[in-house]
Amino acid sequence: MSLKKNSEAIFSGSPGKIALRSLRKDKRAKISLAILFVIFFLSITAPLYSHFVAHTNPFQSSLDAKIMVNGVSTPVLEPSTTGLGLGVTPIGPTWNLAHYFIGADSQGRDVLARLFYGGRSTLFIGISAGLLCLLLSLLIGIVAGYFRGWVDAILSRVLDIIWAFPVYLLAISLSVVLLTSGLSFGFIHIGPGSFALPIFIIGVVYVPYIARPIRGQVLALRESDFVRAAVGSGAKNSTIIFREILPNIIPSLMVFIPIIVALAMLTESALSFLSIGVQPPAASWGTIINDGLELLYTRPMVGVAPGILIALTAASLNLYGDAVRDALDPKSRTRGN
Amino acid sequence: MKRRPLFFPACVATATLLLSGFIGTSSSSATASAPLAPYDAKKAGGTVTLVAAAAAGTLDPKVNYTAEYWQLYQATYDGLLTFSYGSGATTFNVVPDLAEALPTMSNGGKTLTFKLRKGIKFSDGKPVTVADVKASFERIFKVSSPTAGSFYNGIVGADACLKTPATCKLDKGVVVDAATNSVVINIVAPDDAILSKLAVPHAVINPASAPSKDAGSTIIPTTGAYMYKSYDSNKSLVMVRNPYFKEWNHNAQPQGYPDQIIYKFGITPTAQVTAVENNQANWGYDPIPADRLNEIGTKYASQVHINPLTAMWYLPMNVNLAPFNNVKARQAVNYAIDRAAMVKIFGGTQLAEPVCSFLPPNFPGHVDYCGYTKGATPAKPAKAWVSPDLELAKKLVKESGTAGQAVGIVVSDDDVNKQMGVYLQSVLNSIGYKATVKPISGNIQFTYIQNSKNKVQISVTQWYQDYPAASDFLDVLLGCASFTPNSDSSINMAGYCNKTLDAKMAKAKALGATDAVAANKLWGQIDQEVMADAPVAVAFTPKQLDFISSGTKNYLFSLQYKMFVSQMIVK
Repeated sequence: MSLKKNSEAIFSGSPGKIALRSLRKDKRAKISLAILFVIFFLSITAPLYSHFVAHTNPFQSSLDAKIMVNGVSTPVLEPSTTGLGLGVTPIGPTWNLAHYFIGADSQGRDVLARLFYGGRSTLFIGISAGLLCLLLSLLIGIVAGYFRGWVDAILSRVLDIIWAFPVYLLAISLSVVLLTSGLSFGFIHIGPGSFALPIFIIGVVYVPYIARPIRGQVLALRESDFVRAAVGSGAKNSTIIFREILPNIIPSLMVFIPIIVALAMLTESALSFLSIGVQPPAASWGTIINDGLELLYTRPMVGVAPGILIALTAASLNLYGDAVRDALDPKSRTRGN
Repeated sequence: MKRRPLFFPACVATATLLLSGFIGTSSSSATASAPLAPYDAKKAGGTVTLVAAAAAGTLDPKVNYTAEYWQLYQATYDGLLTFSYGSGATTFNVVPDLAEALPTMSNGGKTLTFKLRKGIKFSDGKPVTVADVKASFERIFKVSSPTAGSFYNGIVGADACLKTPATCKLDKGVVVDAATNSVVINIVAPDDAILSKLAVPHAVINPASAPSKDAGSTIIPTTGAYMYKSYDSNKSLVMVRNPYFKEWNHNAQPQGYPDQIIYKFGITPTAQVTAVENNQANWGYDPIPADRLNEIGTKYASQVHINPLTAMWYLPMNVNLAPFNNVKARQAVNYAIDRAAMVKIFGGTQLAEPVCSFLPPNFPGHVDYCGYTKGATPAKPAKAWVSPDLELAKKLVKESGTAGQAVGIVVSDDDVNKQMGVYLQSVLNSIGYKATVKPISGNIQFTYIQNSKNKVQISVTQWYQDYPAASDFLDVLLGCASFTPNSDSSINMAGYCNKTLDAKMAKAKALGATDAVAANKLWGQIDQEVMADAPVAVAFTPKQLDFISSGTKNYLFSLQYKMFVSQMIVK
């Protein structure tokens, strides 16, 4: 395609449509979306798999269960029959989707079924925490950047305080404190085992990382000609914010979404791995890695499988984030990307 | 550690254990009763390296109450009496240590007269005197030793010492005479357990100059074959030969083989196994991780030693809190738990045995019975546990009217305990409760679950005997006197107090002084009556697995303190 035709193709339509068109052509976006779709689909359909395919309850201990493997009744937890007969080992991968496809954990539960359920938890918490973080960041960033003065000073210092703590240290501290008693805000009470707790914690700890750039952007937009014109024409603050400022911030938010979701998901997995996130018998990829830790020598698949899924999901989200950024960046489009 | 007293003469206990076949065999090491072999100086030398995930806190022998350090105190500190070196049931024998002989009993068993050996020196070169003995007994109270109120409260004057520890004086309780080197201990009432109480580390003799508070990591001079050279609880504990030590009683404090013993901390359990496999360490303290058991049992079978323990894993249920203030709810848990499944989590049938009686198998007073297995009831018990009865458990929960209630399970945060908690959660959910698992640090879990202020409904914990006596389990863990509301030192975690059974226990203790067989029979009845009330659910009795390096010889196991570190030969 000639440079002229390319430019015509790129610059015809609204910025949103142009970005969408660009995104559709991006191979990275296609691949990452395909991977994410598969992971989301498997996670969402976890109950169907457990109930109709594996016929198992992944939250119920099955220490005495037996299954048929190659026509032989085999205990899910196999006592050692060699040497001194020490130890009990969970059954390994059967490669049969009907039961224990990738083996059992120490409680005799189907690891694949738990992986799918774990995906639901991890993705739900990751996405919810990511969106909560974006919402809070947007609110703080716009208010601080638009109103400036003492409002900005107070909000910025609060962000500085949160920023002063390493993210994981803050998340771990909050989780440990809130894990036993839960969180109460007036009449709102979040129970210790509730998913809302990690969502809240993760949503809060990343706020400074998003709110600060948004605030900077709002500060710049506040001084732009079109905002000055709106102020001059007597428009209300709310009108200026929603009609002039917000539409110009949304592209940045679009880029932030996959990145912050990936970060939130990783943080959730880390907290659950440390036993201070999702609580048993619920599963998340982090808790399954924790379960697998004690089986690393005999059944490494229990720990490795959720690790692979976390890596794959995080990489796909980041890849998709890159593609979104490029699609929304006019400079990259003129480069012909 | 969970250690408590004996109300049973050690020699009788030993005989009973021998007769009952308690001293079994291990997979690769015999535990037959035998005295300690004569010392072979040619085999002395070298360094023994022990590894553990963490240090066990204070090094003060009057304060520390952990199996990790009690094992070491055997080679470093001495009391007037001690438990014998050797193997098998011999290790339950109380033998004279710093005392020349076992005490002369008079005044109806209320006065014990000892004669202190002469010529023994502390590791700082100062002689051991009767003044040190008196000061050491007073120090038990001054440092608020964990057993001050339970082991030594019978000494005359102990009441006042317990009230005002800082000014503790036992002028009438411990009477010493420097001229004759005699020590007279007066107790308020005859106590069958007194010899054993005087043989445990909390009764060792320290210099009179030892601090009147917990010495922490400050080293107190020793009398044993070894002394402490340095202690950093984050790094290591180093023991070297005591230059002033000369063997006085081979069975009480024998000469040790290694020149140096280094205890390294901060090594994860799986790294401990690898270190022992590679001969980088001689032994690891922590339980072998579940996924390494098959490996060591197969590839390193000759280096594995399994020995019986008089201990139990059990689930105390708070009888003062819903839902377990209802006996049917407690019985439901007893019926519901699959003890074989819990044995699997622990490592399999080679390492544990399902039980449901309170007194461990082959223990004084133990009766083979199980009221909580399929087809049995507490009134019509079976001989042994066979399988859980979930249907009956569900029925009992329904009848108790507690179905749907929330239950918090407090467990220690190590792998095995967490798995036990998750399993128990699954069981409780399946019989109609809404259970949650609360794993908390192993450093505080044991005291946390004791304090009724924390409102713990059910927990997973363990009890290892101090002495082989039924009272060490029943009276200590479920006696009314062992329940102190809002206290971290309330070992009766269930908060169970049955005055009728308490009176029976007192009768059994008194009977033990004259007729051990009749007393044990009575203890067996008490066991069954207690379990009909089900304040706890007993899961299994564990065994001790020691994995030693290929270069380590002369493995000896004490039923009282586990492996004898000073007798390991590495040269």
